[in-house]
Amino acid sequence: MKLNLRLKLGIVILLILTIGSFTLPFFTDVNPSEQGTYFRNMPASRNHPLGTNSIGQDIFWYLVFSLRNSLVLGVGVSFFAVIISLLLGLSSGYIGGVYDRIIMLVTDSFIAIPSFPILIVLGTLIRGQTSFWYLGTVLVIFGWAWNARTVRSMALSLREREFINTARFSGSSTMEIILYEIFPHVYAYLVVGFINSILFVINTEAALAVIGLSNVEVPTLGSIIFWALNYNAMFIGQYMWIVAPVVTTVLLFLGLFLTSTGYNQLFATRRGHS
Amino acid sequence: MQLLQYLASRIVAYLAVLFIGVTITFFLPRLMPSDPIEGYIAQMQNQAGQTITPEAMDALRIQLRRLYGLEGSLVEQYFNYINKVVLQFDFGPSLYSYPRPVAEFIWTALPWTLGLLGVSIVIAWVIGNFIGLLAGFFHNSRFATTLEVVGVVLYPIPYYILALVLILQFAYIWQWFPLSTTIRPGPLTWDKVSAIIYNSFLPAMTLILAGFGWNILSMKALAFATKEEPYVVFARLKGVKPRRIMTRYVFRNATLPQITALALSIGTIFNGALLTEILFSYPGLGLLMRTAIGSGDFNLMYGTIIVSIFSVATAAFVIDLIYPLIDPRIRLR
Repeated sequence: MKLNLRLKLGIVILLILTIGSFTLPFFTDVNPSEQGTYFRNMPASRNHPLGTNSIGQDIFWYLVFSLRNSLVLGVGVSFFAVIISLLLGLSSGYIGGVYDRIIMLVTDSFIAIPSFPILIVLGTLIRGQTSFWYLGTVLVIFGWAWNARTVRSMALSLREREFINTARFSGSSTMEIILYEIFPHVYAYLVVGFINSILFVINTEAALAVIGLSNVEVPTLGSIIFWALNYNAMFIGQYMWIVAPVVTTVLLFLGLFLTSTGYNQLFATRRGHS
Repeated sequence: MQLLQYLASRIVAYLAVLFIGVTITFFLPRLMPSDPIEGYIAQMQNQAGQTITPEAMDALRIQLRRLYGLEGSLVEQYFNYINKVVLQFDFGPSLYSYPRPVAEFIWTALPWTLGLLGVSIVIAWVIGNFIGLLAGFFHNSRFATTLEVVGVVLYPIPYYILALVLILQFAYIWQWFPLSTTIRPGPLTWDKVSAIIYNSFLPAMTLILAGFGWNILSMKALAFATKEEPYVVFARLKGVKPRRIMTRYVFRNATLPQITALALSIGTIFNGALLTEILFSYPGLGLLMRTAIGSGDFNLMYGTIIVSIFSVATAAFVIDLIYPLIDPRIRLR
């Protein structure tokens, strides 16, 4: 198995960011979102790798916790979104008929509906008390549709293959065929879909947080930018406060995207050879 | 027959998007654990120093329920809501700038959003697909690899990051463009047009750059696949000039999935546009939504959301309707 350049780069970026953000918090007992922990506006130094901001938080530690929280939210939500898309996509592609049409109509509608305005309303109504659980549930509702579509088209093409017929004639039930015959072929797409879904979730939460509609008390990649904008980081020359999260976000998203396309490429070539 | 079938399926899809969108906007807020009215009353009580009598409070509660459309059973509320908001487009008066109707605000904001979106989607689609076509058609050259890298780097960057980087670089450090939009009302003179272009440049740039990534990558993959099709090989062996092969044989066929993809992704692009407008204080629907949130104007908020869903669904529907003009297979069979 030869890893391609995209996959290698992506995995390296993801590993560094994930391991860093999950292990580093063990080495500090500071609450990153508490204000006035340190002196304000300190430049980068040994103790503060990225300096401190104008409300006395260490930018580096805040960033580490933000990255970790965003990743946890992304992975958690994507897990459930992928399960839903798997169930709906597989059943719809395999069973077909009216069931398939209805499910696809709903799926396409969920893809087409602009989710952001709806999320904005929800964010407003529960402002201040947005629990991450609630936000996560809503993100699952808007996050499953794209994958369901891909899985369904895979199942649709697999349904006509000979080995499925063999399985059916030898007495397997619909559920068994879906689980043991079709699922293994869909699995690789699922990995790609899962990563793309993480991208979607982190992006959406951050977008809501940037305009102050997520729970901005919890450090995430979006809330750090919200506070920086709120305290006019650009005007007071606190570039690091805004540049650091921007660079981290771009790196994380690039890492996720490279991994997903790289994996896709790898899988495509493997299928081509076999 | 094929065409009729196609049209029927698109119309059903259009109605389904509207129905599901409107239904979600109705039910999700009502399924929330917290009650906005009780929250509002608690806030008022705090401000009034607990001096409101219980009778006055009950009256207030009833009035607020009527205002928010929360009277009667859930089913009754739902049909009221469909009837009023969807069928009559009546969003009621703005609660903050009472009694100006919400529709008035929306009609002023909508052209800005549609203009910004329309222009940037077209530019991003045309240039992005052209770059993708080059990258896919000459996939062996170093030049093509560079173009693809541009696509790979641009694609995953979210809208708000692009917007922030552009603001930081062009409006703050270089000061070429304004930090936020200021356009004086008045007749449409040449000066005003240039002011609009000047102010819209950075928001449009954000949307265009964000659109590039997807268009480049997807067109590259399509062009690369189409290039190996037997009819293209045949044309090459027949001695058709490469340029003609690229435009007439590869591009025309690879365009079709790109148009379908555009119809599907309009919603996502619209989401990005709303956020971009908020970050640039651009006077479109996004900023209106922001204002509505800031002032707690419930009617205005619902109005902007319903109009958003309608615009996105209609835009996707229009693209679907244009599709048969470009794909002769649906028309002729």
